[in-house]
Amino acid sequence: MTQGILNISNVQISGSVSCVPKTKIYNLESTLFNSPAEASKFVEMTGVEEKRHLDEGVLVSDLCYEAAELLIKKLDWKKDDIGILIMVTQTPDYLIPNTAIILQDRLGLSKNTACFDIPLGCSGFVYGASVISSMLTSQGFKKGLLLVGDSSSLLASAEDKTSAPLFGDAGCATAFEFHKGKNLNFKLWTDGSGFKSIIIPDGGYRNKFSEDSLRILEDSDGSKRTKVNPKMNGTDVFSFGITQVPREIKLFLENINKEVLDIDYFLFHQANKFMLEMIRKKLKLESSQVPYSIIKYGNTSSASIPLTLSLVGSDARNKKIAMCGFGVGLSIGCGYFEIGDEFINELIEYEG
Amino acid sequence: MNEFITNFYEILDETEKHEIHQNTDYKNLDEWDSMTSLMLIAMVDEKYGKQIKGEDIKECLTLQNLYDRIQSK
Repeated sequence: MTQGILNISNVQISGSVSCVPKTKIYNLESTLFNSPAEASKFVEMTGVEEKRHLDEGVLVSDLCYEAAELLIKKLDWKKDDIGILIMVTQTPDYLIPNTAIILQDRLGLSKNTACFDIPLGCSGFVYGASVISSMLTSQGFKKGLLLVGDSSSLLASAEDKTSAPLFGDAGCATAFEFHKGKNLNFKLWTDGSGFKSIIIPDGGYRNKFSEDSLRILEDSDGSKRTKVNPKMNGTDVFSFGITQVPREIKLFLENINKEVLDIDYFLFHQANKFMLEMIRKKLKLESSQVPYSIIKYGNTSSASIPLTLSLVGSDARNKKIAMCGFGVGLSIGCGYFEIGDEFINELIEYEG
Repeated sequence: MNEFITNFYEILDETEKHEIHQNTDYKNLDEWDSMTSLMLIAMVDEKYGKQIKGEDIKECLTLQNLYDRIQSK
């Protein structure tokens, strides 16, 4: 047995709905850059031409709520059959209680539903999928919903040249159910020594929120942020991404006896296009095996994997999928699953 | 070292070749920015199979210093 590898029997992913806000932000028009050339260079490297931002007063839980309602309807599920609701987010409605708990009532789910949050970022969809699948395989629950997403536009400083043009908002709902003969595999990895690579320094209990937390700090590149905004060391995250991520994916595929050519689609966390292209080439993947959502939606944190899947549309049916989420932590989650012929796969805009 | 200087030159767009030599203070080149540092990390990974981080780039002053740091990894 290899530590960190999960082989889950009798669970399938039945569908996924992604929900994005209507408001589009175009990076080439951004006043954050010093010149049009600087903006073009950013777009060329990261791939992010445009992304979506939440309107005032809307939270990522609202996007997840609309996605979940549509998914339940499309799958023709009875709400009482849903026994687990997990919300993966780093931007909850409140610090206490968990957002999944609020959504149990809002979605009208049974009181016999297990609800909790998993506060992970880029690797969060894979971690959430591994937890919900592990609970379903025990047969104590029939069906589960995994909600993922962050309102990164509310979190990042608008004057942070690394984060502000990169991140977009999205919320997704993915359906899991007990199903004989369907299997999923996961590999989970952590390197906590990199915890400062992406960090909000203040507001937790190590550095409690204070007046000083709101002081505006300026970087050498002119970026401005406070200590309650996330600070990303883009260079270190990039270095980690192009070395550890291909290594973990190779080990994972070896462990589950799959070759790169056996996989129809690799769904990667949409970190940055330049980084993903490096990873793609290292793994010797064809462009057609690697769909991107980063071009039109930016880096959408934990929502990036299901959002990328949604762009494949009905072509995802009967396909073999590998996925890898990686980033803040540092944390990596790899997964493998097969999609059935009735899979629901949709992308909607938030109506409110 | 000469090969490293050529490899470094190739990740740049606007800098003249004569500006790139072992004593070049690469972080002070006009076109150096955070994107250049990503290109540099990618080049070192691709050509030398070594992982360098932000602090390596920050601590090394010249291309010779950086080359020596990569060799010691």
